Amino acid sequence: MATGIARRQRIDPLGALVTAVGAAALLWLPFVVLKPNRILPGDARSLVAVLPASAAIACLASLMLVALVALAMSNARVRLAAALLGVIVVAAAIATAGNLLTPAGNRVVRVAPGSGFWVLLVAVGLMATDAITRLRPRPAARVLMLALFAAAALLALAHGTFDHLSVMREYAVNAGRFAHEVRQHVWLALGSLAAAVIVALPLGILCHRVPRLRGGVLGTLNVIQTIPAIALFGILMAPLGALAAAVPLAAQLGIRGIGAAPAVVALFLYSLLPVVANTVAGLKRVSPAAVEAARGMGMTSWQVLTGVELSLALPTILTGIRIVLVQNIGLVTVAALIGGGGLGVFVFQGIGQTAIDLVLLGAIPTVALAFSAAVLLDALVETMNRARQ
Amino acid sequence: MITLEQLSKRYGTTTVVDQVSMAIERNSITVIVGTSGSGKSTLLRMINRLVEPSSGRVLIDGNDTAREPAHLLRRRIGYAIQGHGLFPHRTVAENIGTVPRLLGWDQGRVRARVDELLTVFQLDPGEFAGKFPHQLSGGQQQRVGVARALAAEPAVLLMDEPFGALDPIIRAKAQDDLLDLQRRFATTIVLVTHDMDEAFRLGSRVAVMSQGRVLQYDRPAVLLTRPADPFVSRMTGSADRAMKLLSLTTAGEVAVPGASSGPTVAASASLRDALSELVWRGAESAAVIDANGMPCGRLTVAAILAHGRPD
Repeated sequence: MATGIARRQRIDPLGALVTAVGAAALLWLPFVVLKPNRILPGDARSLVAVLPASAAIACLASLMLVALVALAMSNARVRLAAALLGVIVVAAAIATAGNLLTPAGNRVVRVAPGSGFWVLLVAVGLMATDAITRLRPRPAARVLMLALFAAAALLALAHGTFDHLSVMREYAVNAGRFAHEVRQHVWLALGSLAAAVIVALPLGILCHRVPRLRGGVLGTLNVIQTIPAIALFGILMAPLGALAAAVPLAAQLGIRGIGAAPAVVALFLYSLLPVVANTVAGLKRVSPAAVEAARGMGMTSWQVLTGVELSLALPTILTGIRIVLVQNIGLVTVAALIGGGGLGVFVFQGIGQTAIDLVLLGAIPTVALAFSAAVLLDALVETMNRARQ
Repeated sequence: MITLEQLSKRYGTTTVVDQVSMAIERNSITVIVGTSGSGKSTLLRMINRLVEPSSGRVLIDGNDTAREPAHLLRRRIGYAIQGHGLFPHRTVAENIGTVPRLLGWDQGRVRARVDELLTVFQLDPGEFAGKFPHQLSGGQQQRVGVARALAAEPAVLLMDEPFGALDPIIRAKAQDDLLDLQRRFATTIVLVTHDMDEAFRLGSRVAVMSQGRVLQYDRPAVLLTRPADPFVSRMTGSADRAMKLLSLTTAGEVAVPGASSGPTVAASASLRDALSELVWRGAESAAVIDANGMPCGRLTVAAILAHGRPD
């Protein structure tokens, strides 16, 4: 059993990193920042200074337990449980800090999560994702975990747990616009994706069938991909504006130089390359013998394309769609610059007002949306690959 | 009966198949043999119009195949290829049921046919129907490929190097199975190979192709004893042609009434194997036994040797 003991005593490298980072954050970085109002810089406070003694001790003890598990335990389930405990403790600590530091009835003072909080959250989050990776959950289990996590977060938000934190203060002010901008954000990302798939799929099939086209099409799309988003919005303004001026119907449909139209067009253009390239790559991977057999057995060209070629290429095509969706959710943020709406509205307003809390109100949901989309589509791709090797 | 009339295929200035005319007998295995680039696969693929002829006609039972849409023609003709070409995303049962479903058979009939074919190919339906191709061995994949080609009970089966990817032992078994299958379903089989031994073993008639032309099309024994062309004799090989000739006749065909105290030889064994057994045992004659193990005659070395010469 000597080897078993030796294995148990070995220190987990990721655990060591997580522990070191977490400890440094606790010791030297501010857990919360207390600001007199939403713009002025504030005083940094450590976790121990903010919480009452008993709560601080409980909090530190729990985090030490988490660190111990991170360092010494190899069981992935235990590691995941510990990491989740860490997330809950850090979240509870920040919520409590918000409630304690906000004077009753005062709506001007802001309690903002400090860098220490964010670093701690990333550390326990890293430990949780690492534990999930080690557990190798099936796709359905990963989706379930995402749903549970989202439900827990939404419940806490609805319950008002974090209402005294600065970001939620910004939310309270912007609640009506927030729901609208989230819808707009999702609509811009999904709409441009749908348009891109409708065009890119046939284009990819064509590039596969006619190899001479491939270099030119992929080269052009590559060049588009290298144009910075802001530059592309600028480039599109003039032609779309001219179109709206010349064709009244276009203007009635909402096409103009600024707003959602150039945003959707730009996102559409960015979406083409990943979908076309993955369609070509997926079709290229299809066994020529399978296609030959399909034709030889009397399938029509359409049946060969849909029943064999696209079916077999689908996981690769979906991988392209996943790339596009995650990329679009991020890029839509920039669309706010030209009046396209979306969560970027809060980001750019926040930058303009040097109100970092407002920036976060736009940025955090964007990251959450992109992360959820990635998990969902990854699960879908993996389910297909499991079924059809 | 399949009739090829003046069939040619040209790509630009290159002629791949040049004016081939052949009559392919019903209920038999016809083998087209040739080196790579001889045009043999192109010739085969013109029968089910995977390749459209540049000129000439293909008639099946007197009907010009060009008269019906190619995909409908192909549903009536089985097609099996090297490397099996199974659909990796479909189960064994779905693969085999491909053509019956294209033809609109109802589910029950498709399932019954799939089970029947799996049983014929010595694959337990309960175990194999739900498996995916990658879960099968090479030999099993090949059998499923042939089963799929036969699923809609085609009168004609085209096979393009069907055993090319198999190792020698499994290949010999697959060849025996094909001979059984041909008798069982009375299918007209046209098979393409580059392997002359395989051609002799399977073909009741063999066409030797080179540079797009059929040099000789006849029974294997005739190819050996009266090659029409130096290329044909090079393909058939001259060093062991006597042994090849012996391998074309079975012990049962040569046995004469009488008993022998020598070793026993199955009536279905080739004269080549019978001779080998007699040489090994140092005997002058063998007792020939039928499939039930009953003696049915005797076979002498002299009688065997007489069949190893051109007559």
